[in-house]
Amino acid sequence: MRLTLKYFASLREALGPGQVLEWTPAGDPTAAALRAWLCAQSDAHAQALAPARAVRVAIDQTLASESAPLRDGAEVAFFPPVTGG
Amino acid sequence: MSRVRIQEIDFDVGAELAALQGTRTDIGAVASFVGCVRGHTRADDVSALALEHYPGMTERAIEAMIAQAETRFGVLAAVVIHRVGRLLPGERIVLVAVAASHRRDAFQACEFLMDYLKTHAPFWKKETTPQGERWVDARVADDAALARWGLASANAGTPSSGAVADAGLAADAAADAP
Repeated sequence: MRLTLKYFASLREALGPGQVLEWTPAGDPTAAALRAWLCAQSDAHAQALAPARAVRVAIDQTLASESAPLRDGAEVAFFPPVTGG
Repeated sequence: MSRVRIQEIDFDVGAELAALQGTRTDIGAVASFVGCVRGHTRADDVSALALEHYPGMTERAIEAMIAQAETRFGVLAAVVIHRVGRLLPGERIVLVAVAASHRRDAFQACEFLMDYLKTHAPFWKKETTPQGERWVDARVADDAALARWGLASANAGTPSSGAVADAGLAADAAADAP
């Protein structure tokens, strides 16, 4: 499936702003599965997206659970907890 | 003019409040909150703040928050302005203003919107201190503030604590993160 991947704040600094990605999920296409797959792509990804780190997910610009399914063409963003206001 | 604005430039609080009221005569109360850059946090001096956001999602998220405020309180008009980019101590960051028939709805909707924005709007602050630059940590107290409205939030929680980011704006459940 084709996904538009985005990173913000500390994740953007570590991994860049993101890119369009062709991803073939091994199992159910969830945000958690994508995160685990990304962790296997490089040491930088493994560190920035490590399971112990607080990372939030938005799917199509709406905050989502990591267990939420991804559809082909989705925009998926990973970022740290928000600190606006 | 849109009621949700993300911008680098400052805003004029008086002009915004006047515009919110306009020529309407059904508005009996206008409550507003202005957030400013503190020059001192925890142990360090802060000489500047850099604010990043997620263009598109930010506007959608805040619009949805205002829509929720409208279903909960008697909101007649609202405006949210949030600045991004580089800001200095003393500068204004955010304005939330709500007009209602009576003060209780105006006060409550204003506080509700700020509590929601703090935990669910995709902004990130980076402080410049004598020790260098660092990203600001999310605060558990902000999640607790939103919980008072019956909305779950695990923004500051970590996955290892069992907390999972809730579905956010669609979620209206009083779920507790263990």
